[in-house]
Amino acid sequence: MTFHKINVTINDELEQIIVPSNMTLMQMLRESLALTGTKNGCSAGECGACTVLLNGEPVNSCMVLAAECNGAKILTVEGLARDKQLDPVQDALIQTGGVQCGFCTPGILISSRALLNRNPSPTEEEVREALVGNLCRCTGYVRIIESVMKAAEMKPHQI
Amino acid sequence: MAEPKIQNSSPVGESTPRIDAREKVTGAAIYTDDLQFGNALLYARIKRSPHPHALIKKIDVTKAKALPGVKAVVTGENFPGYIGLYLQDRYIFCRDRARYVGDPVAGVAAVSEEIAQKALDLIEVQYEALEPVLDPEAGILPDAPILHPDLGKYVVAGFIYPKAGTNISNHFKLRKGNVEEAWEKCAAVIERSYRIPHIQHVPIEPHIAIAKVDERGEVTMWTSSQSPFAQRNLIAQSLGISQSEMRVISPAVGGGFGGKAGVSMESLAVAIAMKVKGHPVKLRLTREEEFFTAFVRQGLVAHFKMGCDKNGKLLAMENRFYWDGGAYTEYGVNIARAAGYSCTGPYEVPNIKGDSYCVYTNHPVGGPMRGFGMPEMHAGLEQCMDELAHQIGMDAVEFRKLNCLKTDSILATGGKIHPIGLEDCIQKVANAVDWGRKSAASAPASRKRRGKGIAAMWKAPAMPPNAGSSAWVELAEDGKVNVGIGGQDIGQGAFTISAQVAAATLGVPYEWVRVAAPVDTRYSPYEWQTVASRLTWSMGNAIVNAAKDVRKQILDLAAEAWDESPDELNIVNGVVISYKSEKEAPLKNLVIYGLPNPDGRGWKGGPIIGRGNFMPKDVTGLDAETGQGEHGVVHYTTGAQAVELEVDLDTGRIEILKGVAAFDVGKAINPELVKAQMEGGLVQGISSALLEHLQLKDGYPKNASLVDYRIATSSDIPREMQSIIVEVAQDDGPWGARGIGEHSMVPTIPAIANAIYDAVGVRLEGPPFTAEKVYLAMLDAGIVK
Repeated sequence: MTFHKINVTINDELEQIIVPSNMTLMQMLRESLALTGTKNGCSAGECGACTVLLNGEPVNSCMVLAAECNGAKILTVEGLARDKQLDPVQDALIQTGGVQCGFCTPGILISSRALLNRNPSPTEEEVREALVGNLCRCTGYVRIIESVMKAAEMKPHQI
Repeated sequence: MAEPKIQNSSPVGESTPRIDAREKVTGAAIYTDDLQFGNALLYARIKRSPHPHALIKKIDVTKAKALPGVKAVVTGENFPGYIGLYLQDRYIFCRDRARYVGDPVAGVAAVSEEIAQKALDLIEVQYEALEPVLDPEAGILPDAPILHPDLGKYVVAGFIYPKAGTNISNHFKLRKGNVEEAWEKCAAVIERSYRIPHIQHVPIEPHIAIAKVDERGEVTMWTSSQSPFAQRNLIAQSLGISQSEMRVISPAVGGGFGGKAGVSMESLAVAIAMKVKGHPVKLRLTREEEFFTAFVRQGLVAHFKMGCDKNGKLLAMENRFYWDGGAYTEYGVNIARAAGYSCTGPYEVPNIKGDSYCVYTNHPVGGPMRGFGMPEMHAGLEQCMDELAHQIGMDAVEFRKLNCLKTDSILATGGKIHPIGLEDCIQKVANAVDWGRKSAASAPASRKRRGKGIAAMWKAPAMPPNAGSSAWVELAEDGKVNVGIGGQDIGQGAFTISAQVAAATLGVPYEWVRVAAPVDTRYSPYEWQTVASRLTWSMGNAIVNAAKDVRKQILDLAAEAWDESPDELNIVNGVVISYKSEKEAPLKNLVIYGLPNPDGRGWKGGPIIGRGNFMPKDVTGLDAETGQGEHGVVHYTTGAQAVELEVDLDTGRIEILKGVAAFDVGKAINPELVKAQMEGGLVQGISSALLEHLQLKDGYPKNASLVDYRIATSSDIPREMQSIIVEVAQDDGPWGARGIGEHSMVPTIPAIANAIYDAVGVRLEGPPFTAEKVYLAMLDAGIVK
């Protein structure tokens, strides 16, 4: 078993951490850093519950090795809100009632944020497409899709 | 009497925002795998039978025990107690034989999941493969292998009837009138059979349990659970300890759908933890294990025969259900029962012969899944209704309206139904899809065909007659309210409506109320289980009673202090007010410290706590031979769905254009939450109709992954959805409410099947209506060449 010392920026904070070669990014976040907002639904890249932004791109963190993340910037659900002010995707999801059990929610929010970052005014079709890798069993997706359309209309964070 | 100065706007009936939304969107909500235990935590993995049916000749754990990092290895030898909810038919770990692929044979606790997994490979098990039972109708044949030779000795609930010496773990009978004579009077009769395959709940959060046993032998279990109290009850009984010696704590639940009710894998964690006293032991199912080693929705082979007179009035039904209950049917027996007493669907039928058999097979364990037998049963029944209507020349909607239950209709089990709005639901969904008007014709050269379909449903909570709820309500120094409950929020919004109900009863703003979560059997009041769509009704009543208790204590105190009658007082927006004298006192001034006596001699009152409980009333049994009983269930929720869809003639692919639902919920405590259940249920129903099938070949699960077992994604939902709330009050429900959580998934398969028939004139033996199956059916029928 080899270990790697990596520098990785998570939610704007620089972490220096030693990880075994076979540790996934999801495991590093959840187990080494106690950032448990990112969820483990399948450990096989199929459900999207572990979605985080890796250098701005949404990835299934269970399919990325922690060791690959040296020098990377990661955004997790814990990093969406700034100083207690929620990101529009979070606010909108509460307003439209798109949260039920909440387990898919962190992954959904990251995918939504990624979509709005690259396409600030998506069509409903584009929203459906963007979320196709995030499985939800509770909501039927209607209110989630509605929330992303709504978030697109809302003011982003004051920086 | 003076007018109250402050208007009290009751939160009941308001779509208040979810009480737990913020923690879920910020990632702060704690689920079981998020709990931090430090270095004492051990990890468990389970060695499972690779055979669907086999004797266990020998287990050698020496090599596994010797692996560095392994702290314990256990087998069934250590645990002789049976476990089960309605029928105690399984061991925690297999003892003499394994009955399904995945049956737990041994368990390992180690310092890491990796080492525990390695240890599994070092456990040597010798099996002698036995002939498996792979179909419920095969399971009842006289020469079928008997899976539970000791069936006659199992402890069983009084309303379940196993047949010793067979594979029949329950046989529910319904006998009413005379079906043989009735067939002769029928102008139209149809007979059909359907096969409904196994599916799985697929909660996004797989099952997980963390158990710790202290040096006194007392157990603590943290688990994603719908049933902390039932799990404590069943596991304690099996281990021979007292319920108070076991504590169950359930953090947030990432989806249940029935799969996290009762006991499935939780007992394994506790059993292993007993061997490593002082260490918490975490057992989490992989997604693959989730598909077939906890609970699945049991398969059904259903035979229907039904007939009506020339006016379309149903005269008789003869329905037989063979449930593929799986290796252990300790929960599935009640599904068979519920389907038995509901076997006519939501219609008035004077002559009935119903038989519902739960049969042991060497398949994964059937357990409760959203609808508890109703989706599987209605899948075929509502197609038969359409076919019968067609045969008699009646419109499918008119046929249903003619025959559906209305207030005071006679039930299949005898007795009358309470006021219901089923006919209204049927009419409303029909209107919403413009029933009667053919779908807009696709262009002549178009290779798509459109169709519309409708289906109705009913379901009662299937639970013992003494399934109880309880609640406490207390106030803090700031006058804010804390509500203690034993029911779980599994996404449906139970915590939110608990706060609404408490706030409305007490007279405080909704925002003042907190729910004491997580549910913890040490501190939370008893709740039977979060199943059966029973919480709003049953637990809601308990909360109302507890809040009323608090209200009475407060008003009695203020009345004494002000020398007035409590009848002249009220609590409005958190302030005690007198309509007579216009005196006011904010709650926080009196709910902990009481009020001073005017003569200066001490104080009266003190910290206020209220309690309430609720149990179903007057539930009679159902006769073992006829299934008749005056009040067999507490109530029914009824409703209907309609869909408009398009079939692609070249691929067989179905696209749902519009899905509409209407359910009579009695009273929507939170209308948006009710609609959210209707939306989620419709999509889960569509998923089960078009995509889902847990494929079992010779007893082996073939598609236990999210790639091969597809569930609906955001691209699979209808273009348009509509959810209609109908409210015909339930006289014993809080504000007239009854449940909705399961019902929204029940009529979807037949609504879609009926629409496919309308579009292209084919019916399939059962779901899923995959593109391939639809295409081949069209090819067979000559609709495409």
